[in-house]
Amino acid sequence: MTDAALEPALPPPPQTPFRRVISDFCESKLALFGLFLVAIALFIALFAPLISPQNPFDIAGLDLLDAKSPPGSVSGDGKMTYWLGTDGQARDMMSAIFYGMRISLFVGFTSVVAALIIGIVVGLVAAYAGGRIDALLMRIVDIMLSFPAILVALILLSLLGKGIDKVLVALILVQWAYFGRAARSAALVERNKEYVEAAACLALPAYRIVFRHILPNCLPSLIVIATITLARAIALEATLSFLGVGVPVTQPSLGMLISNGFEFLMSGSYWISFFPGIALAIAIVGINLAGDHLRDVLNPRNLR
Amino acid sequence: MLVYIIRRLMQAVLVMVVMSALVFAGIYLIGDPVAMMISPDASDVERDAVRAALGLDQPMWRQYLVFVNAAVHGDFGKSFLAGQPAMGLIFERLPATLELAFASLVISLALGLPMGVYAGLRPKSIGAKTIMTGSILGFSLPNFWVGLMLIMTFAVLLPDLLPWWPRLPASGRGATVDLLGLKLSLFTADGWRHLLLPAITLSLYKGALIVRLARATAREVLPMDYVKFARAKGLSESRIVGVHVLKNIMIPIATVSGLEFGQTVAFAVVTETVFSWPGVGKLLIDSILLLDRPVVVAYLVVIVFFFVALNLAVDLLYSVLDPRVRLESRAS
Repeated sequence: MTDAALEPALPPPPQTPFRRVISDFCESKLALFGLFLVAIALFIALFAPLISPQNPFDIAGLDLLDAKSPPGSVSGDGKMTYWLGTDGQARDMMSAIFYGMRISLFVGFTSVVAALIIGIVVGLVAAYAGGRIDALLMRIVDIMLSFPAILVALILLSLLGKGIDKVLVALILVQWAYFGRAARSAALVERNKEYVEAAACLALPAYRIVFRHILPNCLPSLIVIATITLARAIALEATLSFLGVGVPVTQPSLGMLISNGFEFLMSGSYWISFFPGIALAIAIVGINLAGDHLRDVLNPRNLR
Repeated sequence: MLVYIIRRLMQAVLVMVVMSALVFAGIYLIGDPVAMMISPDASDVERDAVRAALGLDQPMWRQYLVFVNAAVHGDFGKSFLAGQPAMGLIFERLPATLELAFASLVISLALGLPMGVYAGLRPKSIGAKTIMTGSILGFSLPNFWVGLMLIMTFAVLLPDLLPWWPRLPASGRGATVDLLGLKLSLFTADGWRHLLLPAITLSLYKGALIVRLARATAREVLPMDYVKFARAKGLSESRIVGVHVLKNIMIPIATVSGLEFGQTVAFAVVTETVFSWPGVGKLLIDSILLLDRPVVVAYLVVIVFFFVALNLAVDLLYSVLDPRVRLESRAS
């Protein structure tokens, strides 16, 4: 702030809304820290095969004598150090966490994007069509939202069985309703604005008005909801995997890794559950810190 | 008002019928409960006998009709595994879950409300910032992991390191006392020791929510004219905050804690699994994993009923706390 005051009176650069959002976002150190955590989690997830000391899925490479080694111990053949210890099957925890992060983020991200798309279509159709279609769609959304996500997902997965694809289906089904309701209320506000009237006067087809004119103006608020939902989706997947109805044993997500450590917890082998939880917390806390501030920045009430 | 309640009740019945049919159909399609109950080397004749005894040889629609007919009379069939009526099994376990949810509600209100109001009164202070960052941690950290870490700290590590540290139990429910036919552990020291860790785990998410809500409402209420007027009258700060501000904060808090009470009961599934708490949540997980159809369906009917009733109760409570709502409905 003081630097700007000392500068000679240059005309301020034209502030586009996008720039304003970026600069407002960077004002909060906590939000930047959140973004940093998200970057770490993303890096781990993207480059897991390159940075992992060991391939945790390669059972032939595991030496059962190394099972449950505490953090920092050296492997039996002296080739590598288990910085975060090993689990009950002698897997290097660090490698397992890197791969687990990959699965957790993939499931969370894919399910949120799919739910966002479904929610947008439902919400915009409801808002634009109005009348009975609106009433019917919103009744379904109301009913979906009146049940806790964890319970619906649990029941769904108990019917569908295990597997990443099934977890995705369950997560999408419990999440689309949030976006449906948010998209509808955002679109209702936009619908009565003059540019929509203008587009209607040009006799543009309804789908074009809805998706090319109304949708772009609803997106900012939906993206904020999507970031916070992403954090919830990752946590929900971890919870479901912990309960034993989520991802299969062959593709352990972070939640599954924590669950695997549960049985060793009472005997003092804390690291098998502890470190995957830290990794999970890094991803979720990061997303929440960044998303929380993004909501403040994009909130039209806070415009200066 | 009466019309509103009746309409809501009819909607609730419809939801319950649809949900039970969906779950019934879904569970019907997967798995064979007989395979889970009988030893693999049983003969086909024995297998068919079990199947006929459970009514599983009937076509699906007839099974559902039989189920609905019995359900209307309050009979949800017998648990395939326990051999007891499913509804009885659920009601037997329900006090444990409600007790856990209630304890966590009390903890989250007792801690969350003062912290949130403080953060709202002094938003710039370091304490407020710490509280707000802490609240993000509160709803970010996965619930089950927090439970595991509490077990690790208070049931394993601390008592191992410090001999004088009391070892808190990591699983199960303590001694119970019969109260009007309900088995409650709230009244014994042993019960409290068992209750403490699960209740703290469960209260974390809701506590964080209450902190944020209380702070936001406090900041909304403080610039209001009636607060300024109270200040102008020379009322003490404690009376302004304790009476004028707090009364208005209680409206959204009551709504959210009411609605969240349902979420807490649902989320207790996770906490109960971590701490082997013998409530309905653990019963549900066990029944799902073992394909105990009647128990899952009965649980679902109970929970749907519970949620609809809860939503209605919160709406009514709302009209009691906020006179404006009542006046509007009377005017219309």
